[in-house]
Amino acid sequence: MSIDQILGLITGVLFGFLLQKGRVLRFEKQVGAMLLKDMTIFKFMLSAILVGMVGIQILASADIISLSHKAMNLGAVLVGGALFGCGWAVMGFCPGTSIGAMGEGRWHAVFAIAGMVVGAAVYAELYPFFKSTVLVWKDFGKIGVTDVLNISPWFIIPVFCAGIIWLFFWFERKGL
Amino acid sequence: MKLKTGDGGWSPYLAGALVGVLAIVSVYATTQWMGKTNYLGASTTFVRAAGLLERSIFPERVAANEYFTKEKVRVDWQFMLVIGIFIGALISSKSDRSFKLESVPPTWQDRFGPSIGKRAAGAFLGGIVAMMGARMADGCPSGHGLSGMMQLSVSAFIALAMFFVIGVIVAGLFYRRRYS
Repeated sequence: MSIDQILGLITGVLFGFLLQKGRVLRFEKQVGAMLLKDMTIFKFMLSAILVGMVGIQILASADIISLSHKAMNLGAVLVGGALFGCGWAVMGFCPGTSIGAMGEGRWHAVFAIAGMVVGAAVYAELYPFFKSTVLVWKDFGKIGVTDVLNISPWFIIPVFCAGIIWLFFWFERKGL
Repeated sequence: MKLKTGDGGWSPYLAGALVGVLAIVSVYATTQWMGKTNYLGASTTFVRAAGLLERSIFPERVAANEYFTKEKVRVDWQFMLVIGIFIGALISSKSDRSFKLESVPPTWQDRFGPSIGKRAAGAFLGGIVAMMGARMADGCPSGHGLSGMMQLSVSAFIALAMFFVIGVIVAGLFYRRRYS
């Protein structure tokens, strides 16, 4: 194995371990969030964002790492996001958690994984069509919130973090 | 705040915060050792897996496909990361005895009954639609939801909002009636 592959494997094992410990891999937790009954996956995701964001923005400000925004391609993000939402609700897993769910014995995830591999192949076949339609409607490019608002990330981050923490207190008060 | 859940799991706040630490260490480590900053993600691996499988049957078709060429069909960092997720979840669930063979989850069973065939069809068809959406949007809840949000990418905010709002609407309709 190359260094890239070894690094990926180690990172993945730790990621899978934490996803399982947080109990977010399960169909019940994913669909529970979409039925607005159980906010476990949001507690998990927003905690990860809170910590990760501060560290990544510090490293990026110091030029140790580079940010890599995904393109704000309006048609792609809106239509693709909506399609993902439809499939996610029925499947009850997202791509990463389907693999982890297999690891913790929820073997019906194998059908979800098979479907996603087929979906990827279908997308590859239809790519020329999408490239001349949905993908060219309006592309704002690889932009961050700081580029749009034209202010330092260090003004946005405290506000964003405060919002997340407020949401956590709200979840706990509501018993979600 | 409790650090452990009733079934021996960790608080989602704790486990999530540790994923945040992992994300920071990972971007640093990939930049240092691979020369390029890599962010956590999962859905591109499904394209590469599809390409690898398809290549074993129709090699010319994969070689000629624009999308496979763009995403490069190979076992890379993220591919191994996805394999690692399986191993990590297996180790964790076996060590705290939360490993459980499940064929039909309870919420699904309440709505559609105990049929494995129905669950398989739902998971498979949902998987096709979700992956087409993830590839179109260029990310899933890992790539957009975690990595994009950490970078404060505009696309991540919009994508995550779409995933969730549409997910809530569809789940509300799909799981509303009870099985009888």
